[in-house]
Amino acid sequence: MSHELLDVSIRAAQILLLLAMAFSLIRMVRGPRAQDRVVALDALYVNAMILLLTIGIRSGSMLYVEAGLIIALLGFASTVALSKFLMRGQVIE
Amino acid sequence: MSHLDALPPWAAIIVAVLMLLGALFAFVGSLGLLRLKNFYQRVHAPTLGTTLGTFFMLAASITCFSVLHGRPIFNEVLIGVFLTLTTPITLMLLVRAALYRDREEGSLDVPQPTRED
Repeated sequence: MSHELLDVSIRAAQILLLLAMAFSLIRMVRGPRAQDRVVALDALYVNAMILLLTIGIRSGSMLYVEAGLIIALLGFASTVALSKFLMRGQVIE
Repeated sequence: MSHLDALPPWAAIIVAVLMLLGALFAFVGSLGLLRLKNFYQRVHAPTLGTTLGTFFMLAASITCFSVLHGRPIFNEVLIGVFLTLTTPITLMLLVRAALYRDREEGSLDVPQPTRED
């Protein structure tokens, strides 16, 4: 009984997270200005990291956690670089 | 689903509930990103996913792997600490850049610079 619940909730969580990624993607394509696209990219990588954690729970492998950590690190660096670019027109001064 | 059958029922229910909560918070955050009207409102929405969404999903992951391996596993805490540290920094940089751009364009919707700026 409880394992069917777990199975259903894993699938429901994955569908919800895919929808969340689709919403951020729509905002990234549609976003009227550059800063909207950067916020959407930020939300997109966080959602992708959470989705990776659900895949890790489903497959029982700890490796997905490290992959999520790398996504968080690189996403932070990319968002900081993009907002520096929006502010100054160049990344490294 | 072989390894998940090894979870005792109480752990399975806890993991399921935490997982659904985390996914729901991330979903609501992205929905807000899509629906809200202007940029300064939209910045707030995805932080729901980066704080509570990530927190519940990490708690589900910690519970699952700790019960499965029979010893406490805290690798996931690294992700939580890192996101908690970096989200305010990125969003503050981004909003300052957006404010700068709006002021450069002479937009009347944003507050004008004060003496401290």
